[in-house]
Amino acid sequence: MSTYTNAVPGPEDITRRELPNGIVVLVRENFNANSVVITGSVDAGSLFDPDDTEGLAAFTSASLMRGTLNRDFATIHEMLEGNGASLSASSGIHTAGFSGKSLAEDLPMLLDLLADVLRNPAFPERQVERLRGEFVTGLKIREQDTRYRAGRAFRELAYPTEHPYRRAADGTIDSISRIRRQELIDFHRQHFGPQRMLIAIVGAVETEEAIHLVDRCFGDWANHTQPAAPILVDIPVLDSIRTETVVLPGKSQADLILGLPGPSRFVEDWEAAHLANHVLGVFGMFGRIGREVREKRGMAYYSFSRLDGGMGPGAWRVAAGVNPANVERTVETILSEIMRITQELVTPEELADSQANITGRLPLQLETNEGVAGSILTMERYKLGMDYLQRYAERINAITAEDVLAAAQRYLRPDGYALAIAGPEVSQNGNEMA
Amino acid sequence: MPVLRNPVSRHVLDNGLTVLLREVHSAPVISWWVLYRVGSRNEQTGQTGVSHWVEHMMFKGTPRFPAGVLDQAIDREGGMWNAQTSFDYTAYYETMPASRIDLALQAEADRMQNALFDPAEVDSERTVIISERQGSENSPTFWLHEETRAAAFRVHPYHHQVIGDMVDLQSMTRDDLYNHYQTHYTPNNAIAVAVGDFDSAEMLAQIEELYGAIPPGDVPSPVARVEPPQQGERTVRVEREGNTSFIFAAYRAPEATHPDWFKMALVDSILAGASAPGGNGIGNRTSRLYKALVETELAAGVGGGLYPSVDPALFSIAVTVRDGRTIEEVQAALDAELDRLARGDITQAELDKAKKQAKALFAYGTEGVTGQAFWLAFSENFSSYEWYEHYLEFLEAVSLDEVHEAAQRYLRRSQRTLGWFIPVSGEKRA
Repeated sequence: MSTYTNAVPGPEDITRRELPNGIVVLVRENFNANSVVITGSVDAGSLFDPDDTEGLAAFTSASLMRGTLNRDFATIHEMLEGNGASLSASSGIHTAGFSGKSLAEDLPMLLDLLADVLRNPAFPERQVERLRGEFVTGLKIREQDTRYRAGRAFRELAYPTEHPYRRAADGTIDSISRIRRQELIDFHRQHFGPQRMLIAIVGAVETEEAIHLVDRCFGDWANHTQPAAPILVDIPVLDSIRTETVVLPGKSQADLILGLPGPSRFVEDWEAAHLANHVLGVFGMFGRIGREVREKRGMAYYSFSRLDGGMGPGAWRVAAGVNPANVERTVETILSEIMRITQELVTPEELADSQANITGRLPLQLETNEGVAGSILTMERYKLGMDYLQRYAERINAITAEDVLAAAQRYLRPDGYALAIAGPEVSQNGNEMA
Repeated sequence: MPVLRNPVSRHVLDNGLTVLLREVHSAPVISWWVLYRVGSRNEQTGQTGVSHWVEHMMFKGTPRFPAGVLDQAIDREGGMWNAQTSFDYTAYYETMPASRIDLALQAEADRMQNALFDPAEVDSERTVIISERQGSENSPTFWLHEETRAAAFRVHPYHHQVIGDMVDLQSMTRDDLYNHYQTHYTPNNAIAVAVGDFDSAEMLAQIEELYGAIPPGDVPSPVARVEPPQQGERTVRVEREGNTSFIFAAYRAPEATHPDWFKMALVDSILAGASAPGGNGIGNRTSRLYKALVETELAAGVGGGLYPSVDPALFSIAVTVRDGRTIEEVQAALDAELDRLARGDITQAELDKAKKQAKALFAYGTEGVTGQAFWLAFSENFSSYEWYEHYLEFLEAVSLDEVHEAAQRYLRRSQRTLGWFIPVSGEKRA
């Protein structure tokens, strides 16, 4: 048995407690540094955005830290910054997440504040307008950002019109400009509540003390209007090649994304797909893709593949930043690698390499409190069991090259994908227009 | 409950290699850094960007570990490795499960002497580096920072960005790169640091065995081009496609070893938000500039930057102009706030808060071995690892009068270079 205080977390040292109102509290002690992190989520992501109000969840979450019924903006941030602590809230597609960090002695303050901003936000008129302006400025900056524009174009190509994964979770300039304060209040009232809320606490605090603090701050929270998560419609398989090019004058580099909707984290063969992706565009210097695009041909500063695999059909995609003259050759190279991973078994060496990396890097991932907290939330969220990390190596090492091929064939298609490119105007002969 | 840290031990091998060791036994991991005392500061015109390009070439193989072999070997062991090039240094690191740290020690010893610089790899990497620069060029603030820096330093090589000028990236040769490597990659020009789960005596013996026989080189000539005093404000306008304006105000700042550096670190914290070695930021919503610019809805964001440097460098303030506001009105508000500070109205409470924030951020920064090892190597380069070890004490010793005095002396308009990014929408470049 290891003597390290940071050994792989498991049922022996993670405490999971469900409060009567549905909140799941997960705690792991670590007295190596005098600090503590909290992180978790509430079921209030952009999935719940009405069709014509993209960004409502994001705007609501961002408003939480702007003032509560008990504390104004200045008081909240003076409490945090004056103690060297931090706390933030933001929304993703499925959930609104929060995370905070403080010296151990300030944990009661941090949890008290977290409860106040989640339960009692005031949405002060002035603050809502201030935030709106910051959102709009940020969106305008992103209008000129090639990576962001490629990402947006990719979503619009890869997901059907009504699918929440297609939408702009952060809203659009138009939607953010239109959202009324009352809509924020209503969204909060309906969606923020204890049901399915997760909170992980890791650091220099005793377990029972941490649970007691959460119970004191959240134990009496109730919200009977919280709806169940909407059922995501099934996505039709992409059976054609869809391409879009976004021209942004004055840019030097083109960013491209090629991919398609992938499996959720819940599928049986998730780990096999994860390994296929690892061989394709992660292991070593970004896998086969990195080797072909960057290392052998010098075509890009970055190129890699990524498999999202969250609560729903997140993307499986390859991204690259290339000289505009190299876009076509890069796409060809990426496609031939996708072809290969869906047609041939990965070699025994490749399989062993990726298995060794995925299992061997756990000590590094679990070195910090943030890393541990994130892993605990993953185990809870995807119902993997608190012993998942301890069984992890065994599971990964049991996967065969045939499993990897089958997963790649199930989820990747060289003849059905979305390709989005954002960059400068390119002339016929491939040179950037001067 | 104070968390006790093991002390650092410092050793110098016969060939001049400086070795710093700190045992941390909280997790079975070790971080190993080798930092060379060379960065863009040491580059000559015509070879800007050579340090960074050499850093890339160090991943392109040696006879013993051909290109790609170590990428895979380190990944296989569950480790990570990377490198970074800055103004004052080029550093390489591996963070590994403790039982496999020998691979990292061997890799760095090997490429300290035996990197190949294969001409075909140099050619292929040229397009990668150019692509890296083009990626940065896609961001409006890259251009603004590059132009402002170039105006702030007429003589000193802090003049150019680490990535280098495009024209040099197109023309530099394999020999330029190799000469740079041979000149600067010697044990007596390097600092090696291990932090993590090891026994110091065993670790030192292993380092001696792998690095002790590497011959020392001539000490590279010092950087002699001192920046002359600035005589009045300099202004820069960058006009490019975009739809947002940005301000980048760069004031002359002292080098890290100057007693004023810590005073300016506190000024930075009070003005633009807390920062400290190794800590992630904690937000700056109670800082003066946030209140003066963001709360008043003039700006969408503001930040400050003071970098611990070998030579005198810059203290910078970066502002994103809020949509619908003019850059002129934001500039006027920024200047009014800086004038107020220079008049001497910082309170003891503000100073105390800045010190407490630094304490918390410093504590966060000691959680991981990689960050600690970096800060030991980094501070040893411009001063001594003790700069990092005593960081909080140096800050603690600064008085309110000293902060006022430093703010008055450094935040003078005659000593700044003011950069504006002006978006030119809908137009194409001529």
